[in-house]
Amino acid sequence: MNLFAASLDRLARLGRFLWSAWAGLAGLALIGALWQAGHEAYGDFILTAPLDTLAAAARLLHEGRAQDLLALTTARALAGFGLCALIGTAAGVAAGYSPATLRLSRPVLTLLLGVPPIAWIVLAMIWFGPSDMTVAVTILISATPLVFVGAVEGVVTRDRGLDDMAQVFGAGPVRRFLFVSARQISAQLFPALILALGSAFKVAIMAELLANAGGVGGALERARAMLDIAEALAWVSLAVAALIAVEYMLIRPVRAELERWREAAAPWGVKR
Amino acid sequence: MNLLELNRIGHAFFGRTVLQGISLGVARQEIVALIGPSGSGKSTLAHIAAGLVDPREGRIIRRYLRHAMVFQDPRLMPWATAADNIGFPLRLARVPRGMRRRLVADAALRAGLLPEDLGKYPSELSGGMRQRAAIARALATDPDFIYFDEPFTALDVALKRRMQDLVIEAAASARFAALFITHDLLEAIRISHRILVLDAGGRGIAGERLIPGNPGSRDDQAVFALRQDYLAADPLFAHIHDIDERLRP
Repeated sequence: MNLFAASLDRLARLGRFLWSAWAGLAGLALIGALWQAGHEAYGDFILTAPLDTLAAAARLLHEGRAQDLLALTTARALAGFGLCALIGTAAGVAAGYSPATLRLSRPVLTLLLGVPPIAWIVLAMIWFGPSDMTVAVTILISATPLVFVGAVEGVVTRDRGLDDMAQVFGAGPVRRFLFVSARQISAQLFPALILALGSAFKVAIMAELLANAGGVGGALERARAMLDIAEALAWVSLAVAALIAVEYMLIRPVRAELERWREAAAPWGVKR
Repeated sequence: MNLLELNRIGHAFFGRTVLQGISLGVARQEIVALIGPSGSGKSTLAHIAAGLVDPREGRIIRRYLRHAMVFQDPRLMPWATAADNIGFPLRLARVPRGMRRRLVADAALRAGLLPEDLGKYPSELSGGMRQRAAIARALATDPDFIYFDEPFTALDVALKRRMQDLVIEAAASARFAALFITHDLLEAIRISHRILVLDAGGRGIAGERLIPGNPGSRDDQAVFALRQDYLAADPLFAHIHDIDERLRP
């Protein structure tokens, strides 16, 4: 009975989530309309019509080459993202708990954020050549500060009263962290992770393009050389689609599971 | 043999002494109310006794098996349902899941929570219900000592009274000892066997009064009369309503 109710609740939440896709679709349609207007104003050469772009994307996917390139870029972006999530979270949590480390790391953070990703790409190219490493390292350096700051915020803004509560009921430091703090940190961490994932895809394609490392970036570079606007836009759309697919399959479900209580806290009618 | 004994406890925040030479004892199944003006360090003393704060000097002897605490704010985890919040100490004590559910239901019932409230998140509960959940959480592990740190200060008068009755009943049936921190003299008289008055500057216990009768058996008239008597004629209680709001612990 309990299991039945739980699965029913899950189904209801899934249904609500899928239904909310209409709002997202409306937003996409708006962009499509603006795009179409731009196309009609400036012509085919500057901005290919959205439908033609979609057709080009479908053609690319159909020819079979696109899947491999998308898979390669996605794998690189995910590898970089995984690394930066791991390192950023660990370092951020450590710094959050240790004010001295935090004070030391702030200027480092400013420095890392101040150096443009393009500079890192150049350096990484020299260090690692046109390889997966170049892409991964560039992502790591450009996206880690985001995750780091998210984790630090999570630790610093946590409710210390709950820590005391857990301690009174006999939780040692490890269980206090696992049962009480981790949940509060994750609330701040997830928005940072979503940003970092988006930035990982962007940086991956940029690094591929500049380092001539193949993948979607390489294909984009070829389209640019041949002045094939439709193909270039098609690649951009495909990359965005890959990002959205990853975000909604990987991060959103975990987040939805962890943040169920927020939905319960919202008054009826304002479920978002 | 006292369950809890504090021996010449002293504490300071950032060099400012807040507590000095505090000694007190709480016997088995005894409810001791500790009152004193705001900022006299009552809460700090409770936190020291419960082991949340290390005192700068003095000795604490705890002879009870298990303690629990009810804080001023409910301190429920917002991401967990009422049942999970109440069961949290049981989870920490590694009680098996099936047994945990039974104990949670039992504790919730004693705190006056209905089974249908157990699946709700704290944000869906009213202030009184949240405090009930916090009390149920304290009762869940069946502790023999409970610290109450001004638990009902934020509640309105009617609700406060119901919560006090709840604690009185629970203490009578579960037979725990308690240190009850409050600045409400009426609450202290209703709930406790013995009242300790903390010195306004935190320099020791100014004095103590045994309350005649048992908590729960005193009628309202006697309680009010005693409060009036204490406030009007007893020099021990002359300063308990002094407040210096600039002074923060």
